Amino acid sequence: MNPRPAKRHNVLPGFGLSLGYTLFYLCLIVLIPLSAAFIRTASLSWEQFWGIVSTPRVVASYQLTFGASLIGAGINAVFGLIVAWVLVRYSFPGKRLLDAMVDLPFALPTAVAGIALTGLYAQNGWIGALLAPYGIKVAFTQLGIIVALTFIGLPFVVRTVQPVIEDLERELEEAAASLGATRWQTFMNVILPVILPALLTGFALALARAIGEYGSVVFIAGNIPMQTEITPLLIITKLEQYDYVGATALAVVMLVISFCMLLVINLLQWWANRRAGRES
Amino acid sequence: MTLKSIRTLFAATALSLAALAPGLHAQTTLLNVSYDVAREYYKDYNPVFAAYWKKKTGETVTINQSHAGSTPQARAVADGLEADVVTMNQATDVQMLADRKLVVADWDKRFPNGAAPNYSTMIFLVRKGNPKGIKDWNDLVKPGVQVVIPNPKTAGNGRYTYLAAWGYALKKNNGSEVQAREFAKALFKNVPVLDTGGRGATTTFAQRNIGDALVTFENEVYLIQKELGADKVEIVYPSVSIRADNPVAVVERTVEKKKSRKQAQAYLEYLWSPEAQEIAARYYYRPAVASVAKKYASQFKPVGLFTVDEVFGGWEKANKAHFVDGGSFDQIYQK
Amino acid sequence: MSATTTRPASPAPAVALKRTATGEHPAIKWLLIGVSVVFMVLFLIIPLVAVFFEALKKGVDVYFAALAEPDALAAIKLTLLVAGIAVPVNLVFGVAASWAIAKFDFRGKSLLITLIDLPFSVSPIVAGLIYVLLFGAQGWFGPWLQANDVKVIFAVPGIVLATIFVTFPFVARELIPLMETQGNEEEEAALVLGATGWQTFWKVTLPNIKWGLLYGVILCNARAMGEFGAVSVVSGHIRGQTNTMPLHVEILYNEYQFAAAFAVASLLALLALVTLGLKSFIEWKTRHEHAVLPLEAPRQT
Repeated sequence: MNPRPAKRHNVLPGFGLSLGYTLFYLCLIVLIPLSAAFIRTASLSWEQFWGIVSTPRVVASYQLTFGASLIGAGINAVFGLIVAWVLVRYSFPGKRLLDAMVDLPFALPTAVAGIALTGLYAQNGWIGALLAPYGIKVAFTQLGIIVALTFIGLPFVVRTVQPVIEDLERELEEAAASLGATRWQTFMNVILPVILPALLTGFALALARAIGEYGSVVFIAGNIPMQTEITPLLIITKLEQYDYVGATALAVVMLVISFCMLLVINLLQWWANRRAGRES
Repeated sequence: MTLKSIRTLFAATALSLAALAPGLHAQTTLLNVSYDVAREYYKDYNPVFAAYWKKKTGETVTINQSHAGSTPQARAVADGLEADVVTMNQATDVQMLADRKLVVADWDKRFPNGAAPNYSTMIFLVRKGNPKGIKDWNDLVKPGVQVVIPNPKTAGNGRYTYLAAWGYALKKNNGSEVQAREFAKALFKNVPVLDTGGRGATTTFAQRNIGDALVTFENEVYLIQKELGADKVEIVYPSVSIRADNPVAVVERTVEKKKSRKQAQAYLEYLWSPEAQEIAARYYYRPAVASVAKKYASQFKPVGLFTVDEVFGGWEKANKAHFVDGGSFDQIYQK
Repeated sequence: MSATTTRPASPAPAVALKRTATGEHPAIKWLLIGVSVVFMVLFLIIPLVAVFFEALKKGVDVYFAALAEPDALAAIKLTLLVAGIAVPVNLVFGVAASWAIAKFDFRGKSLLITLIDLPFSVSPIVAGLIYVLLFGAQGWFGPWLQANDVKVIFAVPGIVLATIFVTFPFVARELIPLMETQGNEEEEAALVLGATGWQTFWKVTLPNIKWGLLYGVILCNARAMGEFGAVSVVSGHIRGQTNTMPLHVEILYNEYQFAAAFAVASLLALLALVTLGLKSFIEWKTRHEHAVLPLEAPRQT
């Protein structure tokens, strides 16, 4: 897909310098500090480690963290796709503003987002008060966690899908239409398969971001054990009891999961690139 | 962005790195690492002490404050935060520092009253008119009553509340541990939100309008009432409650290094002066000095107070039994 | 963000759509627009409005008094200082990393990209914790640091380190796909014409990537100024000294000074808006430049 020739006979200079610096800096800022967590945990035997990371309360927090993150990322996948589609294909008043606002969760500090969302969705908040008569509680329930995670994950899906929709080949859609396909059939059979890799990437990015989120969630979650207690909060709880090893054990579990998720994301992207490459 | 401006950016990096060079340390700066809700009190106390010290020695002393949850603060000191003095709201946090040799082992003998210049207790704040008729601890466990208590695992506030409720249940049931366990379970079944800190719980109760009662420190309750207005909330004193001492200690590691022992010691000693005791009383901390306590007696309703030592045999035992992983608090939430 | 598919633009310009075989029924179109707008308003715009509403609730005087307070000013200064260090440092790294990754092929590239991405999904709490494990009094380097009176944790360097960590991938993430789509021809041509490596970088590569670079810097800066969790762990919360703006917001909030808390928060939100404005400007500028270029330039997104 890339028009440039294969990079095998590269004449550009600076490979050693740039890669060397990259690796050095990566080790200094990321790898050495992260290894501290692993080495701290190594003082535990496997049974001890497993005992810490598999108690019912911790497992419940994984379920909540991953469940809410999955739902939030899922909401973003659906609505993010619609938003991206609308922003690329249609013109309407306020479109530019809407487009610019998509990045807000990137830029707004998470604690501010958490406080603002809690204020809005509490039973006496602007939105919470509207929902309260129907018996729907958002703040301090699992629903609230989903709201916060949806907020922080929104830009990922929109921003990964948007360029792909922009690059869609209209001819394919026209051909499908001329062959008698309905718009829905065209979407499902022609458009969606092209967008899917990017959509999955966006979904996975939103998911990865949501799993580690703390600042915005801790305000809006009720923090009730087994119900609305996320894993990062449990790490804090362990620290409160001066249990550094227990805290790092949980941190290591989260680190490994993050790493695996990101590896999957990058494989997805690689898969998407290969698909795109095969097609052209 | 032009090349030039990018180069300027690089130059700016170099400059700002240079600015990182170790800052100047004024000789008479004290850092008081304290717990969350003591900000207002120390904000008033610090200038009073500074004036006293200036008059006595001619030396100008600046006091920096750091506030967060009591335990994270103690942890930060253990991890290297250069506190000259710690002023906490539970003895465990000072004891942890003593265990790590940052504070002398007999810290509670170094100042009067077990090194606690003031104390508080856990009382209730309810909605105006007390619609649920909450009078005592047993009213909090009734079905349909919602109580806001911060998480005992993360907030000293919550820990005191838990122990107070436990102690009440023991008293009511002739010391039956089983009954106390049931009582604690029933109480926390009524807690809709477990905030991580005391102030978070207050916000949940006051700003979010959640819960029929908030259980928190007496001084905090009065402050909230002042903030919210007496037309919105009412204060309720239970029949018995727990004595929550606010211990203080000098951090040896820092005062050795900074040579600030004299000032740090004086800073804490002066907390027992009538002047400081009155400031404490004005913020609804119960003064440890009898004469000041007498003067402000009308302000503090008498409550049957028990201590952690009396009922639980000290903080270490209480923590082991109730708040460690798998302790009685965790069991409440186990299915 | 990843502009990987770069085939020539389809003949029909994406703008100025009439209802063709590839368009939706107007009803569906407006339904989709409606859904998008409602979703965005509900999740993004109302929270933003709420911040400003709360900030100005007690009047403009309270608002400005909250910002002019010495502790608030100290927090603003510290935040600027921290961002002023973290962003350029990550800028240099981002350029080096994307040069190595986008211009050359080597084994383990996917792994390297994944590792660069890692800070992005690490919980901020864990990010703070690992620095405490390293530099805390009970950490690996703690005793040495104390013996030599070097303060890292609970001082500015620790805050800077934690901020660098959480903003680590931003610039690189932005530049890698951009430099990949641009290919190597221009640089190769410059080298053939006798330019040195540095000349090629400054005169050929940098002008090509400057907008992407700036966008990365802006996102990096926004995150650097807004980081709460990681900084909270390593800050020590010393009033007027180690409190950044997000931490100051928390403190004010805990002191029941809600209007003041939201005033400082609104500054951060304002920063977010400026960020978004700048970003839109960059996008407009990029499109504009590419429109001017007569080449069959790859379409940037």
